Amino acid sequence: MPTITLNKRVLESLMGKRIPPAQLQERISSLGVALEKIEGNEILLEVFPNRPDLLSEQGFARALSSFLGIRPGLREYPVTPSKHIVIISPSVAAVRPYTACALVQGLRLDDERIAEIIRIQEKLHGSYGRDRKRVAIGIYPFERITPPITFQALPPDEIRFRPLDFSHAITGREILAQHPAGRAYGSLLAGAEKYPVFTDAKGNVLSMPPIINSHETGRIDAETTDVFVECSGFQYPVLQACLNIIVAALADMGGRIHSLEMHYGKTKRISPDFTPRNVPLSLDYVNARLGLRLSEQDIPRLLAAMGHGYQKRSALVPAYRADILHQIDLVEDIAIAYGYGNLPPQAPLGATVGSEDPFSRFQAKLAELLTGLGLLEVNTYHLISAAAQQGMMCSSIPVVLLHNPSSKEYDSLRAWMLPSLLDVLARNTHHEYPQNLFDLGTAFRRGPTDTGVTEHQHLAVVLCGERANFTAIRQVMDYLLRMLGVGYQVRAMEHTSFIPGRVGEIYAAKTALGQMGEVHPQVLANFKLEMPVAGLEIDVSGLFSLLQK
Amino acid sequence: MSLTGNVGQHGHFRSRADGNLEEIFREAPSTTTFLYLATPYLCMDVQEAIAALHPLERAVLPHIRESSRFPDIVAATKLKDVEVMRALQWLSNKGLITIHEDVREAITLGENGQRYREQGLPEILFLRHITGIATPLESIQQGAHLSPEELRASLGLLRKKGAITISAEKQGTAVSITAPGKQMLQRGSLESAFLAQPFPRDPAALRDEDRYAYEELKKRKGILVVKPATLRTASLTELGKAALQAGIKGGRSVEALTPELIRSRAWRQKTFRAYDVRSPVPAISGGRRHFVRQAAAYIRQIWLEMGFQEMSGTLAQTAFWDLDALFVPQDHPARQMQDTFYLGDGRQVLRGTLPPLADAVRSVHEHGGKTGSTGWQCPWDRHLAEEVLLRTHTTVLSARYLSQLKEFPAKFFSVGRVFRNETLDWKHLFELNQVEGIVVDPDANLRHLLGYITTFFTKLGFSQVRVRPAHFPYTEPSAEVEVFHPLKKSWIELGGAGIFRPEVTAPLLGKDIPVLAWGFGLERSIMDYFSLTDIRDLYRNDIKQLREIRQWMR
Repeated sequence: MPTITLNKRVLESLMGKRIPPAQLQERISSLGVALEKIEGNEILLEVFPNRPDLLSEQGFARALSSFLGIRPGLREYPVTPSKHIVIISPSVAAVRPYTACALVQGLRLDDERIAEIIRIQEKLHGSYGRDRKRVAIGIYPFERITPPITFQALPPDEIRFRPLDFSHAITGREILAQHPAGRAYGSLLAGAEKYPVFTDAKGNVLSMPPIINSHETGRIDAETTDVFVECSGFQYPVLQACLNIIVAALADMGGRIHSLEMHYGKTKRISPDFTPRNVPLSLDYVNARLGLRLSEQDIPRLLAAMGHGYQKRSALVPAYRADILHQIDLVEDIAIAYGYGNLPPQAPLGATVGSEDPFSRFQAKLAELLTGLGLLEVNTYHLISAAAQQGMMCSSIPVVLLHNPSSKEYDSLRAWMLPSLLDVLARNTHHEYPQNLFDLGTAFRRGPTDTGVTEHQHLAVVLCGERANFTAIRQVMDYLLRMLGVGYQVRAMEHTSFIPGRVGEIYAAKTALGQMGEVHPQVLANFKLEMPVAGLEIDVSGLFSLLQK
Repeated sequence: MSLTGNVGQHGHFRSRADGNLEEIFREAPSTTTFLYLATPYLCMDVQEAIAALHPLERAVLPHIRESSRFPDIVAATKLKDVEVMRALQWLSNKGLITIHEDVREAITLGENGQRYREQGLPEILFLRHITGIATPLESIQQGAHLSPEELRASLGLLRKKGAITISAEKQGTAVSITAPGKQMLQRGSLESAFLAQPFPRDPAALRDEDRYAYEELKKRKGILVVKPATLRTASLTELGKAALQAGIKGGRSVEALTPELIRSRAWRQKTFRAYDVRSPVPAISGGRRHFVRQAAAYIRQIWLEMGFQEMSGTLAQTAFWDLDALFVPQDHPARQMQDTFYLGDGRQVLRGTLPPLADAVRSVHEHGGKTGSTGWQCPWDRHLAEEVLLRTHTTVLSARYLSQLKEFPAKFFSVGRVFRNETLDWKHLFELNQVEGIVVDPDANLRHLLGYITTFFTKLGFSQVRVRPAHFPYTEPSAEVEVFHPLKKSWIELGGAGIFRPEVTAPLLGKDIPVLAWGFGLERSIMDYFSLTDIRDLYRNDIKQLREIRQWMR
C-alpha cells in the first residue's frame, strides 16, 4: 500500500488550523486513512490504493479540511483555455496511444514545493501508474518549451537527445541500454518498433515516456512559474484522472489552470477537464444500504464533508476523484461522513439453519479414530519440492508444478502426502521414538476440470520406530476401515518407494483406495532417516464417496 | 486419614482422627496392613520411612556415612549410576539423607580414558600379546589392535618400567616379557586400578597410590580431563541414622499385586511396600489433533452456532473466479507474479476454462454492464482470466456459491487454505488459513454487518469491537475490524469486512442484492494463545512441540 509522510506544520497551514495530535489521529482514522504514526512533526500515513488524490500534502489537506468541516463542499478549479495545442500523431497508437496535458501558470516554487511535486509524481507512478506502465507523468518548465508540442513515435535510433543527469546526447536505443531509468523501465518499451517522444516546435525532444525527460528542458526549479504537465498511457479516462490529481495539487499551491487543445487527428479534446462528474444518487438506495433514515436535506451536508457537491438528486464529484465508479462509492462516502462509529449495530437478520460440510465432518471422524490409536496429527504444507516427491521417493509420479515458485524447496504441488510426512520425520530425528503421525490434506494431479487440475483429499499415516512394519501399518488401516464399516481387500503391488514384497494396494468395492507398506531403505537414506518407516496413504474423497452409496 | 503401623512385633496401633493411638489387634502377624503416607514432606516417623523403602534405597542407604561421595556409593553398591541417583533422590525426599552438590574441578574420563577403562590400557594389551620369547613388534601391534602412537607409547612406558626387553631380530624389532612384566600382567598396574574406579573424582581427595597413577595418566593423551563437574555427596540425617539403627532389612513387603496373589489370596499375609506418592513419574503423551486444527474446529463451531452453512472448494482456481468475478481489475498489483502463485512449467502458465458467466463479468469490467457503474474502462482479456492459480483468498468460494445460489436469505462460511507468493519469515507464510463468512439478504445493510461482526467477535472472546473505513477491491463500503485485546490492553486490527460491490453481485446473482462479508487470518489470531511469536512455528511440525503444546480449551 502506498505511504506518504506529511509535514504536520505544512498540513496545518494548508488546512488553516492547528489540531491536537489525539484528535488528528482519530479524525484521520475515521476518514479511512491508516495512520501509521505521528512522530514529532512527521505524520506517516498508509493510503488505500483507491484514493490516489490523497497522495500529496495538498490533496490530503483538501480532504481532511472538508472532513473536519473547515472547508467542506465541492471546490472550484477554474480552467482558462490557453491558445496552445498538443498534436498527437497516429504513430503513437501502437506503442503509447494517449496523452492528457495541462498548463499551470503563476506558480511560486521553493525547495519544499519542488520536492513535494517530485514526490507526487513518484507516488502516482508507483501506485496509480502501476510503475509507469499505466501512467507515465512528465512535468516540465514551460518557459523552456516552444509550442506547439507534438506527441509522436519515432524509430529508436532516430531519437537523439541528452537525457536528464547525463553528460551528452545519445539515441533512444542507447538510453535504454545506458541510462539508469532506461535500464529500469526499458521493459515497458520491449518489442516496440518506435518509441514515443514529446517534441516541441523547434524539434527539441522534451522527453521519451515512460523513460526520461531531456536535460535541456530540465527540471522545474525555483525560477519556474509555468509548468507543462502530461500523462501518457493506454486509457484516456485514467490519464485524465491522474492529470487532474496533479493539476489540482498545483492549483492548491496557487497555480492557475490553463487547458490545451489535444489534437487526435481530426478529434479535438480539451485537457484538463475539471467539470465535476454528475452521478445520480438515490436516497432510497443510500438508506437501504446503510440502514439509516436520512432525508434529502441530510445528503448535501454529508457529501460536502467528503468534497462533493449535490444538485437535484445527483452528486457532483470533483474531477480529481478516481474512485467513484458507481453510486455505491458515494454511499460509502456518506457513511464515512456520518461516522462509522455513529452507526448503531443492528441485530443480525433472521435465523437460518447452519450446516457443516459433510466431508469436513467425515475428516473429523477419521481424525478422532486415529488419535484414538495414539497417532499424532501433523499439519504439512501443500507445496513441496518436486525432488522430494519424485527423486527422493524413488518415484516418477507426475506432479503439478508452480509456474513462479519463490524457492526450489517449494516448487510443486504435492501429488501425494507421504513425502511430506517423511520430511517431518527427517526433521524430528532428535526426538523420542516411536513417532507415529498422520495428516489429512489435498493431493493434486492433472485432470479434466475447469482448472486442469483434480484435487483429492488424502490421509497419510507413518509409523516410525523399531517395530514399524507391514503388520503394524496394516493394523492401522484395518482398524480404520473396520470402524467405518468398509470391507476391503489388499492386493500385492509393485511400488518403487516401498520394499518389494512388502507393499499392498487397498481396494474397496473394486475401487483402488491407496497403498501401504514398508518404506524402502533407499528412500529412508534419501531423507536421512535411520529408523524404519511403515506408511499408508488413502484417498479419503474416494472413501467418502463409497460410504455415500 | 488414618494410619496403621507396625510397632515392633507386638501391638498394632491405629492413629485416630483426634491423634490418639488406639490399640487394635493384640494378635500380631497375620493381618495385612496397607501402609500409606498421608502427611506431606518431612514429618515421617522412622517406621513409616523404613516401610516405604524401595529395594534400591535399601541397597544404598547402608553405604552412606557422614559424607559419602557419589562415585564411592556406586562402587560400593555395584549398582548403575542412574539407579543410585534415583535412590539418593528418593532417600532425600523422605528426609533420610541430604544431598550436596558441588561444582568443582574434577577428574573425568576423556575419550581414550573411557575406551581404555573398557578394553584395557594399551600397555597391558601389549604385554598380553607377547607370545613367548622375542615376539615381533608387528604381531603385537596387530594382535592388540594398537595404533602406531599407542604402540610407541607402550614401548617406551614398558621399557621404563622394566617390564620388557627389546631385541633387534632379522624380521625387525622384537620384544620379550620380563619377570616384573609378568607381575604387572598378573596383578594389574596402578594405572589400570585407577581407571577402574568410578568417576568423576575429586583431585583433592586422592589416596597416595592413586596420586602416582593420576600423575602418570594425566601426561598421556586423552585419558583424563580435569574440568568442572558436579561432585555429589550424600550424608545421613538424624532420621536416616535412626532408620539404619532400627534396621532396614525389611523384605516382607510385596512390590506388585499379581493375578496369582489375588487368586491364592496370599495377599492376606503380605504387606505392600508403600510408595512415595509425592514423587513425579515420567510423562506420557497421547494422540492429538494438530493445535491449529483444534482452533479451526472451534471457529467453525462459532459459524455453525450462528446458522451459517459451510462452503467447500478446490485450492486451484482460475483467475476468473479468484479475481475477475470479484471485480479485481486485471492490472491490479495483487495479480502479479510476485504476489500470486500460478501453475505452469516456467514457460507457460496453465490455462483453465471459463463458465458462460464470463461474458457478464467482461461487460462489468469494461463498462459496468447493467449495474450503472463505469467499470474499469479498460479492455478485459479472457486469457488472463483463464490462468490457473492457487487461490489467494477464500472469497473465491463465495463467488462460486453466489453464482449457484437460487434462494435467499442464505449464510455461508469457510475456514480454508489460501496461498500468497511470500518468502517464509517470522511474519509471513506462503500457505495460511482464512476465515470468512457471507450473508446474502435483500434486506441486509451496513448496520446488520456491524451487528454480525459484533456478535461474531464477541463469541470469539472480544467484548469490545469497532470498525473504521478501509478499502477492498470487491466491497463497498469496506471496513477494518479492530478488537480490544484484554491482555495487551490495546486495540488490534483483526480482520476486514464490507458489502460486496454491485459489480460483483449483479453478474453472480443476477441483480444487485446486498451480500455482507467479513473475515480474518486464522494464524495471527491464535498465536497469542499458544505463546508463539514466529508464525512459522505454527507449522514447524516439531514432535516435541506437538506432544506438549497446550490443548485448545475454548
